[in-house]
Amino acid sequence: MTRKKVRYDEILPNKDQWPIVKLSQNRVGFIKKVADESFHQLLTNGTPIREELETTVYKERIRIKANPWKVDPADDLRFWNNIKSELAETAQLTPEETQAKERELMQTIILRYTEEIAGSFKQSYYRFARTFITFGFARLLNATRVKGFLSLFSRQLDLDDKIQIVGQTEHIRKLAKKGTVVMVPTHFSNLDSILIGWVIQFLGLPAFIYGAGLNLFNIKILAYFMNSLGAYKVDRRKRNPIYLETLKNYSKLALMEGAHSLFFPGGTRSRSGEIEKNLKLGLLGTAIEAQREMYQTNADRKIFIVPVVINYHFVLEAPALIKEYLKKTGQERFYQEADEFSTSYKMGTFMLKFFTKGSDISVSIGRGMDVLGNYVDDEGNSLDAKGNPIDTRDYFRSGDEITEDSQREHEYVRILSKRIVEEYHKFNRVFASHLVAYTAFKMLQRRNPTLDLYGILRLSDEDLEIDYEEFKEAYKKLRDHILKIHKEGKVDVANHMKKRATISILHGLENVGMYHARRPLILKNNKIIIQDPNTLFYYHNRMEGYELEKYL
Amino acid sequence: MSSKNTSRPVGVVGAGSFGTAIANLLTENSQRVILYVRDQTKSKQIAETRVSAGQKLSDRISITNSLQEIGEECHVIFPVVPSANFREMMQNLSPHLRPYHILIHGTKGFDLRLPDKPFSGRNPMTRAHVRTMSEVIKEESSVVRVGCMAGPNLAREIADHKPAATVIASQFNEVVEVGQRLLKNDRFLIYGGNDLIGAELSGILKNIIAVGAGMIHGLGLGENARALLISRGLVEMIHVGRALGGNIQAFLGLAGVGDLIATCGSSLSRNFTVGQKLAEGMKMEAIIAGMEEVAEGVKTIDIIHELARSYKVRCVINEMLYKVIHDDLTVADAQHLLMKLPFRQEVDFLE
Repeated sequence: MTRKKVRYDEILPNKDQWPIVKLSQNRVGFIKKVADESFHQLLTNGTPIREELETTVYKERIRIKANPWKVDPADDLRFWNNIKSELAETAQLTPEETQAKERELMQTIILRYTEEIAGSFKQSYYRFARTFITFGFARLLNATRVKGFLSLFSRQLDLDDKIQIVGQTEHIRKLAKKGTVVMVPTHFSNLDSILIGWVIQFLGLPAFIYGAGLNLFNIKILAYFMNSLGAYKVDRRKRNPIYLETLKNYSKLALMEGAHSLFFPGGTRSRSGEIEKNLKLGLLGTAIEAQREMYQTNADRKIFIVPVVINYHFVLEAPALIKEYLKKTGQERFYQEADEFSTSYKMGTFMLKFFTKGSDISVSIGRGMDVLGNYVDDEGNSLDAKGNPIDTRDYFRSGDEITEDSQREHEYVRILSKRIVEEYHKFNRVFASHLVAYTAFKMLQRRNPTLDLYGILRLSDEDLEIDYEEFKEAYKKLRDHILKIHKEGKVDVANHMKKRATISILHGLENVGMYHARRPLILKNNKIIIQDPNTLFYYHNRMEGYELEKYL
Repeated sequence: MSSKNTSRPVGVVGAGSFGTAIANLLTENSQRVILYVRDQTKSKQIAETRVSAGQKLSDRISITNSLQEIGEECHVIFPVVPSANFREMMQNLSPHLRPYHILIHGTKGFDLRLPDKPFSGRNPMTRAHVRTMSEVIKEESSVVRVGCMAGPNLAREIADHKPAATVIASQFNEVVEVGQRLLKNDRFLIYGGNDLIGAELSGILKNIIAVGAGMIHGLGLGENARALLISRGLVEMIHVGRALGGNIQAFLGLAGVGDLIATCGSSLSRNFTVGQKLAEGMKMEAIIAGMEEVAEGVKTIDIIHELARSYKVRCVINEMLYKVIHDDLTVADAQHLLMKLPFRQEVDFLE
């Protein structure tokens, strides 16, 4: 298949003008600003300082004992012990002195958190990382795909042959010039952030900042990339209000400074393989708060939310993810990353496997929206459902002025998150691999109406065969319906989906979970054989949410 | 709250008996009100006589025939028009609405979207075909700060300055507060709630039971039978309400039980009156023709008849009323059926 190659110019060739560069040049000043703002917010929240301090100290000391990480600073325990004893000593002080002391301690903690969170973007690192990813992987790709030693220097295949970027690419470039872009991708694999990093530079956009799990900084090689790509650190172990407030303010103020940001609104990777339904409202809320504060200070710049859907035929972590999902203990209090990525070595093997074996990836860039989920045009003007212009500012007005109302904004975050999920479904690009998995799994369920999910997953081998002709009929029905709703703009489809049914079934079977130790689905002797119901379930989940089951 | 908000007039759309009562109520806190009357001749007439739906208008009310004026002058608007005209009204009002507007409606009925093919077993009516008024507002305009009024609010009694209370439900505390500030006075109490859909459904579904209560009254079956109908009716409301997306709480409050008791015992209720006249042997068409304002319950009975079938909810009372209205059953037969109300577990929704 030959595609016309598109190259995008950088929209801001002079890197000194990049918001993220400006931010890192003024790192000290910015950290102070975040710390001050967080302190102010915590004071106005109304919870007594003393209580928050005590809870935080208590939780932090438990964290240090129960779940220490390599990246944790050496003085961690000393610091918190210190805070603890200083808190205890206030018993001898007057109420005024105590209050002053508590405030001081609070500020010390906030400052420490802010320092830890703050990214350290370095232009030279960025340039290196970028070249490394594009050049390095392109070389690897050529070496394995095009035979012969000289192919190492061939330009026949580039990364963008493997990764298809579709959707509103020009639109996001225009928006990035007009205002601040918040990219909100779906999250299925640990590869996502690096992939998106590459997409951003490929589209000629300035680097984005994003919150990366502190655990990833345990791995030296990753830490290097993360730092150079504008990551700030998010520690999922720290769930105390002081930390969360600081984190939120970091994101909010960076947005107000104009730093384009990347949020994974699902929080962590989708365990079930389903498109995220319940988004984390905290980070999204910072976009809404930032927009309101910008209006309050008469800054006219807008924040644009751009949903992005990433599609893989094959997610390396799928077996582990789905196992975790099925075990599901629910609470993620002290969340521990599954161990498939715990060392640089494992990470390296994964990357090698991924980039050298051919399995297409598509990245769909959605249409930009304002912070209430209204579409925006190329100029950044919000449009209502009927296409008439509306002023986003009006959502924050009561009477004739812009007001702050946290309950109202909380509802707005829910509206926004609902809209993002809707957009995910619209821009989701159906691969034949997802649909063969869906068809097979739904047929199993249909055949065993009395079994629950776990029963289906435990079916014995002889029950895991489907007659090919029967399968083809079912697949056709579903595909016809998908092509129909595709016409209505409710979902996107990959080109191979439009080919003849038998061809697209074969394409799907060849690709679904292709590098797992056991492929979920194979065709043998005119029978579809389900080899691994767990991963089949995982890939099938991708097609949930379209009410397809009715058409089987 | 900003003082500028109060200095603007408040809009009321619809000059029926409830709309007029609300408009008058709003003026009691020194609030200026603009009352929209759709019909031009009627609008002139009201402006001259200063009487609307039999109620004398306060001096602070001005009459308009222009939705544009309502949208531009008022930031807070109370739409009170029958459900059958609600969407059309919103479509006309929408160009004049902005996201800063707050809309609190007082309409207790469904909006029904008819599909191309008639409803049948293969083409069932679902929740997607019926909309509550708050959903219509959000679909037709850019307004998000939406609320509803629900509760025992017989317009005549409010107009007569008798004490009453209402619930203003909205996902936005701001909307509840605005509603409270504007409407509250020493004989009108305002409760607040977050379950907007639940409150709307309570107000809508109770109309069915009101028709039934009117029938029992018309037949002279007595208070015991009425109480039987009301309490079994509440259970039925809750089952349907849950299937359509409301919580139980709203049904047990003022918007549910409160409104149910008021409408099931009063000839001031239009729905009650419909039931009563049916019992007296009048035909449905004749009853509707003889009424000045819409009895929402009649349309609701038809809608719930379809929805109950789609969602497999047993609605004995609704079925009985449906058959009487559509002439499949005489009122006397219905009385016999009433005595066959299911007697499984009496209250089965609280576990």
